[in-house]
Amino acid sequence: MSQSTTDPRLLRAPPKRPLRLSWSDERVRGIVWQILVVGVVGAIFWWLWGNTVHNLEVRRIATGFGFLWREAGLPIAESVIPYSPTDTYFRALLVGVLNTLKVSVVGIILATILGTLIGIARLSRNWLLAKLAGVYVEVIRDLPLLLQLLFWYAILQGLPGPRQALNPVGGVYLSNRGLLLPWLDWQPAFTWAAVAFLAGLVGTWLYRRHARAKQMQDGQPRRIWPVGLLLLVGVPVAVWAALGAPWTVDWPVLRGFNFRGGLLISPEYFALLLGLVLYTAGFIAEIVRAGILAVPHGQWEAAQALGLRPRSVLRLIVLPQALRVIVPPMTSQYLNLTKNSSLAVAIGFQDIVSIANTTLNQTGQAIEGIAIIMLVYLTISLSISLFMNWYNARIALVER
Amino acid sequence: MQGGAERETDLMQPFGLSLTRALTTAAIGFTLALPLAAQAQQQAQAPAAGSFVETIRNRGTLVCAVNTGLAGFAQPDSQGVWRGFDADYCRAYAVAILGDPNKVRFVPTTAQNRFTALQSGEVDVMARNTTWTLSRDTSLGLNFAAVNFYDGQGFMVKQSLGVKSAKELDGATICVQPGTTTEQNLTDWARSNNIRFTPVVIERVEEVVGAYASGRCDAYTTDVSGLAATRSAQPNPEEHVILPEVISKEPLAPAVRQGDPRFEDVVRWVHFALVSAEELGITQANVGQMMNDPRPEVQRLLGRNGDLGKMLGLDDAWAANVIKAIGNYGEVFQRNLTPLGIQRGPNALWTKGGLQYSPPFR
Repeated sequence: MSQSTTDPRLLRAPPKRPLRLSWSDERVRGIVWQILVVGVVGAIFWWLWGNTVHNLEVRRIATGFGFLWREAGLPIAESVIPYSPTDTYFRALLVGVLNTLKVSVVGIILATILGTLIGIARLSRNWLLAKLAGVYVEVIRDLPLLLQLLFWYAILQGLPGPRQALNPVGGVYLSNRGLLLPWLDWQPAFTWAAVAFLAGLVGTWLYRRHARAKQMQDGQPRRIWPVGLLLLVGVPVAVWAALGAPWTVDWPVLRGFNFRGGLLISPEYFALLLGLVLYTAGFIAEIVRAGILAVPHGQWEAAQALGLRPRSVLRLIVLPQALRVIVPPMTSQYLNLTKNSSLAVAIGFQDIVSIANTTLNQTGQAIEGIAIIMLVYLTISLSISLFMNWYNARIALVER
Repeated sequence: MQGGAERETDLMQPFGLSLTRALTTAAIGFTLALPLAAQAQQQAQAPAAGSFVETIRNRGTLVCAVNTGLAGFAQPDSQGVWRGFDADYCRAYAVAILGDPNKVRFVPTTAQNRFTALQSGEVDVMARNTTWTLSRDTSLGLNFAAVNFYDGQGFMVKQSLGVKSAKELDGATICVQPGTTTEQNLTDWARSNNIRFTPVVIERVEEVVGAYASGRCDAYTTDVSGLAATRSAQPNPEEHVILPEVISKEPLAPAVRQGDPRFEDVVRWVHFALVSAEELGITQANVGQMMNDPRPEVQRLLGRNGDLGKMLGLDDAWAANVIKAIGNYGEVFQRNLTPLGIQRGPNALWTKGGLQYSPPFR
């Protein structure tokens, strides 16, 4: 599957020649140079390592990762998993990683949706829509992201205080402390219903595959949605009802300085998400536009000549071909969004960089702290790349 | 590259590069870089051998780490000249070692990069309102010379909030800068007083103060001196109250790298000279006349007697020069911190009920 990401020309090898042990043989020269380069690079790394360890020793600076198990004592405002300042640095860093993922994953999904819509809008025959999309792309792409983040954060800070919070609908409060929504008091029954939903997803997918295979045999299309509805809605609801149908809503209430209860979307998280999504969507829109324009006009005309409706033309003929152009640069945008999320530190969202920075400052172990940040971003980025390369290979043109 | 036997070559050609040539260049580059790198290593080791005092003398400037901008401690004025309590300490070191208060290069450092700057040798000494703690003293490879400012952490709230004591802050949102002892003190204090709070952690001081001013946070916490400086910079200072509780000890001390006791002694005794001068009534204005003062302590401090300068490896008139250049401790405080509304408090001389005390000059 990785082959299809390689240039097919590389796969056609020249005829093999016997190897001559002579400087005039190109391959011998190649091997010698490669050994030399690898050796030099290796030596540089070895020296860098030795030099660092030596200098840390001379300056009596503590080294090692032992600090990870010490009590962190640093406060973290938002956390996906339970956290208190008495936990270890390891757990604090884990909270940071999860916060980075929380903003990256949601950001990638939203930026893809928004970017695709704007990209298509820019090609629209509606003059106003096309121009608006064009202006959006040009403005957003030309302003530095950090500036945009600070702008959104300043706007959100301009909202009224908690005691004068906007209350558009009962139970929903918008103030400079964030957006508060009523939220369900989480019960084990919900967890089981969620498990049933996930099982339903797998079940629906399996049924769809089965239905497709049957259709290939007898040509009869089969309806998938009744089965999907049953598996995705019916079964989870039945599970929830069987466990006693618990239902308590946690309403946000103003008590003292702040709201208690409810689901809080903090201004820091929201500003970061907003900035990242709007910024990246500008780039994605152009990639989508390029992808669609890359499909030859004859394809549109041929599809229309077959009597397909415009929506079907886009879905069945154009998008599958456009995706081949879109996916590789899209991977870069996903990686950019993930890495740009490290600007969180400027507006106070505690992602991995923010927490690792505090950690390295409190422990003084800068090299270890930076190594952790690099490891985290490398892991996330390589995972995105792997997934996107897999997807790219899947949709690639199959040559027969 | 004849015949195009290697496909990579074909692919590189459009970029005007041949693979072999690129590799050759890289290899030669690396080979040349190695001896240079080895030299750099030797240089990095050099300070461990001799004293930094000589290195600074040979260089002709003292490199001093200060805050990126904290009113009263270190902040460039409209002419770009660094002003403040810490900036004056940097000048004092330059006078003691080089005899000239202008031979200082100020390096602004953030809470995050200050220790690295000192550890790596980018700066000689750090006078950057940094709290002396045991773990910093032991695991960062640096030594704190002497406490030049006794501070403590406090809270500032808006008058309109109606809060009179920090104990009333349960449930509040509190703005704090990361990477400082402030953050840990805050959690310790909240835990021991059973107070729940939501932190808003922002790195840059302008942003964190902005978040407090806009009402994103109910309270802002940092050292009381920093609160006073921030309060005085607000459009309407009287709308903000600094709460009476001081929740931590923050002895701020200049620091140097470990392993150079002579340089450390100079940094330490410059501070003591400033305190002693105040104790003995020697000021920037009268230091010339004081040269003839018959008191033996004054004679020894100003280098008329006793060879104390030589013991430090400095000029005998080092303390006199320092006082001539920046004044005594009280004058430095008066010039930089009093305008911000910061009281002497614990930083008064021990004879006046404070903590500033100098060991004897003998």
